[in-house]
Amino acid sequence: MSKHVVLVEDETNIAEAIRFLLGREGWRVETLANGGNAAEVIRAAMPDLVMLDVMLPGKTGFEILAELRSDAALSDLPILMLTARGQNRDREMAEQAGVSRFMTKPFSNDEILTAVRELTDGRLDKAQSDA
Amino acid sequence: MVTLNQLIAVCLVYVAGLFVVAFLAERAALRGKGSWLLRSPLVYTLSLSIYCTAWTFYGAVGYAARSGLEYITIYLGPSLVMIGWWWVLRRLVRIGRTQRVTSLADLVSARFGKSNLLAVMITIMAVVGVTPYIALQLQSVTLSVSIFASAETGLGEVAQTNDTAAFWVAAGLAVFTVLFGTRNLNVNERHHGVVIAVAVEAVVKLIALLAVGAFVVWGIAGGVAETVARIDASPIGTWQTSGSRWTALIVVSAAAFVCLPRMFQVMVVENDDERHLQIASWAFPLYLMAISLFVVPIAVIGLELMPAGSNPDLYVLTVPLSQGQNGLAMLAFLGGFSSATSMVIVATLALSTMMSNHIVMPLWLQLSNTGAQQSGDVRGVVIRARRLSILMIITLGYLYYRASGGSGALAAIGLISFGGVAQFLPALLGGIFWRGSTRTGAIAGLSIGFVIWMFTMLLPSFGPDGALPAVIFTDGLFGWSALRPEALFGIAGIDPTVHAVWWSLSLNALVFFVVSIFSFPTPLERLQGAQFVNVFNTSRGPAGGWVASEGGAEDLMVMSQRILGATEAQSFFAQHAERQGRSSSTPLPTSEFVQALERELAASVGAATASAMIGQIIGGQAISVQDLMAVADESAQILEYSSQLEVKSRELTETAQELGHANKKLTQLSHQKDDFLSQISHELRTPMTSIRAFSEILRDIEGLSEAEQKRYASIIHSETIRLTRLLDDLLDLSVLENGRVSLNAQRVNLHDVIERAVITAQASGGGSLKVERSPQGEDIALLTDGDRLAQVFINIVTNAMKYCDAEAAVLTIAVRQQEDEVIIGFSDNGSGIPPDAQNLIFEKFARLNKSEASGAGLGLAICREIIARLGGDISYVEQTHGGRFDVRLPRTATFAKPRQAHSA
Repeated sequence: MSKHVVLVEDETNIAEAIRFLLGREGWRVETLANGGNAAEVIRAAMPDLVMLDVMLPGKTGFEILAELRSDAALSDLPILMLTARGQNRDREMAEQAGVSRFMTKPFSNDEILTAVRELTDGRLDKAQSDA
Repeated sequence: MVTLNQLIAVCLVYVAGLFVVAFLAERAALRGKGSWLLRSPLVYTLSLSIYCTAWTFYGAVGYAARSGLEYITIYLGPSLVMIGWWWVLRRLVRIGRTQRVTSLADLVSARFGKSNLLAVMITIMAVVGVTPYIALQLQSVTLSVSIFASAETGLGEVAQTNDTAAFWVAAGLAVFTVLFGTRNLNVNERHHGVVIAVAVEAVVKLIALLAVGAFVVWGIAGGVAETVARIDASPIGTWQTSGSRWTALIVVSAAAFVCLPRMFQVMVVENDDERHLQIASWAFPLYLMAISLFVVPIAVIGLELMPAGSNPDLYVLTVPLSQGQNGLAMLAFLGGFSSATSMVIVATLALSTMMSNHIVMPLWLQLSNTGAQQSGDVRGVVIRARRLSILMIITLGYLYYRASGGSGALAAIGLISFGGVAQFLPALLGGIFWRGSTRTGAIAGLSIGFVIWMFTMLLPSFGPDGALPAVIFTDGLFGWSALRPEALFGIAGIDPTVHAVWWSLSLNALVFFVVSIFSFPTPLERLQGAQFVNVFNTSRGPAGGWVASEGGAEDLMVMSQRILGATEAQSFFAQHAERQGRSSSTPLPTSEFVQALERELAASVGAATASAMIGQIIGGQAISVQDLMAVADESAQILEYSSQLEVKSRELTETAQELGHANKKLTQLSHQKDDFLSQISHELRTPMTSIRAFSEILRDIEGLSEAEQKRYASIIHSETIRLTRLLDDLLDLSVLENGRVSLNAQRVNLHDVIERAVITAQASGGGSLKVERSPQGEDIALLTDGDRLAQVFINIVTNAMKYCDAEAAVLTIAVRQQEDEVIIGFSDNGSGIPPDAQNLIFEKFARLNKSEASGAGLGLAICREIIARLGGDISYVEQTHGGRFDVRLPRTATFAKPRQAHSA
């Protein structure tokens, strides 16, 4: 069972880069360019990781985050937020809303891979041991 | 024989003696001693004998020698007043004391609403009226001196001697009066010295006349019986008495007794005790009887003894001289001298008080304009004003003497004065008895009476062609026979004196009465009227109703010191403070205190002036029109000031509001700036993220296929271009918004501009778009910046290419003309912009569908900015199918200021 990540990102080039990077690590990357139905898709897919942009058509990243965190079944879901709006206010809001990790664009490839590993390793190990 | 030098020496000694008496009396009064004498009814009665002047002393005998018993009328009038009308006098005295009246003018003006106009009128009338009287005194003294002088020198030199003598007599009297009367300011301290001197002189003149009379009766005629026989034999006994003349003379002398300024002075102002009046009411007529007792005998003997043509006015002097009685003659001379000097002193004192209080002081107050507080010592001004007034009055008397030739009978001159001052009677009596009398009535009556008196008595006294041309006497004024001075209204054949007295007094009274009825008193007049008329049953104190809350006692103190003197004022204030039970020496400026102070000041400077002075300090009298106007002026200034303040505070409020708005706007701008920076940050970071990610992939990852390498490099490249375009747009927008962009106005053809834009847009690729145009409609010449306009059109066409969601996208460009405007419409066949987004599309970073947009969302914002700068506007119009952008442009661009007022 490969690792599954849902990437909500409307910038096609960024999505392609992440898809390429995570794909090399064995991730199955499902990309959503619109925020409108992201929460439903995620709830249905139950991925191992969610990567969330903030400025999205349909719904903002914050709205999706709130929706996900309001669902008890998804309370442990690691959510990595990526934003190009480099404001502390956004970081604070995201942390209060229960984000797992908050990263500002642009990021280095190492950073994003490290973050993904840190967010999922324990959980995946646990899941594997449970299995 | 008495030499002139002896005479002068005796006079000087006599005057010096009077000075000593006066000085001692004043010193005693100051120490509160000797009041048994100074404030005795005897002295009061004797001081009333100021009525008996040189006219009485010399003139009565002359009068008797010329007109028989008629001289008696001059004594009868006052006697009737004293005996029958003493209650009128008592009322005057009471009013004078309660109101601290300083003069007749003061009383009348105070009664009629503290009218200074009335005071000035009365003062001027009194001066004019009394001037002949003073001339009379000069004449009598001069004549008496000339008797002695002519005995020494030749008769030829008499005339010239007379003029010189009259001058020196006048000068001497002036000095005498100034020394006597103006040493002390406060009239209400009473001129004790003057009064006692007058009393002494009253005794001297009575003794002198009695002595001459006794000498004539017993020394010449040889006893009472012989005298009576001689009288019967003389022409005096056969004089016919004229009823009308007697009545007129009694009336006029009674009136004059009350109205003469000097009589008012001694009777009312100098009165210490009302009860004195009761004694004087019988004692004074007795004095008059005594002094008139020997008039007829002296006249009869004089007519017998003296050569025909000798002046009967001088019999009192010449009869003893002719009998070799030098000592008696000298006594008679002193008696006459006493009569003259006492009259001149008191009369000029009274007049100078009026002049200085009612004319000089108000003028000074107005001219100095600073009020009584700031400028110098008022006492000095008052005293100087009085001295000046004294000199003026005596000078007038002297001039009248010179002008009238010094030849008239003394009694005739005296009657002119009587007639003049009698004009005050209606206003005076009306004022104290009739509450309905008004200021206007008083002014009208006085004016009429005075004019008639001038015309019928004073001016004719200078003789035909003297003051009036002779033709007026025969034909009347302006040739109207009704206006002949001695036959007014065509009624001729009356004795001129009766004629003048009748017309002047009756018209005066009538006009006063009628005008009073038809005019309305001011509130202050009503108050004062009540005070005066009800003087016996109202509480004391002048009306005026000072609202004394604001008057600083300190200011009042400063002013009072200047008028009353430091010691006097301080003790007055301390006394009132004590009465108020205050520990300090400054009383509260209560209404009661201020009224008392006003009375005190009124005693020095008159009611009207005191009222004005206190009014200046307290500013609270709500009654005098002038004060009201001053107050009104001031309130107008305050109103003006407060409305200015209001305006200022309104401005401040507005400024505060503006500041609030500005602050809000700044906050908004600050938020906008944050948002904008945040947006820019986002727009910059997004392509940079891709660039960084792919460049790291290219750098770090081995074994990428060539296709992958190429693809990632081209992504980096396009993202770089995107970044560049974003920066270009940002700079463009910033330059446009700041107004730093320079627009080039050119003559362009709209068709060319659209052509260029469409070609450029299509060349940039990005989809197929059919553009429909109508070239003939586009053929319009414009004066505008063609490059900038093309930039806008390119943007719109490019947007259509990007966003038109129709399968076969068609953009229609239609040009309409409207007056001097051109409207270029761009409509496509897409679904258009959703309503809720329509008002956002021109904002910065507004992108409807991010995934499909390649721009940063600044395009339409830039378009709006450019079109605004070109003097037009751009708008989105919703259509049934899709939407339309309308660009509205003036044919001739007036380049507008940038929309946002950033300073360039």
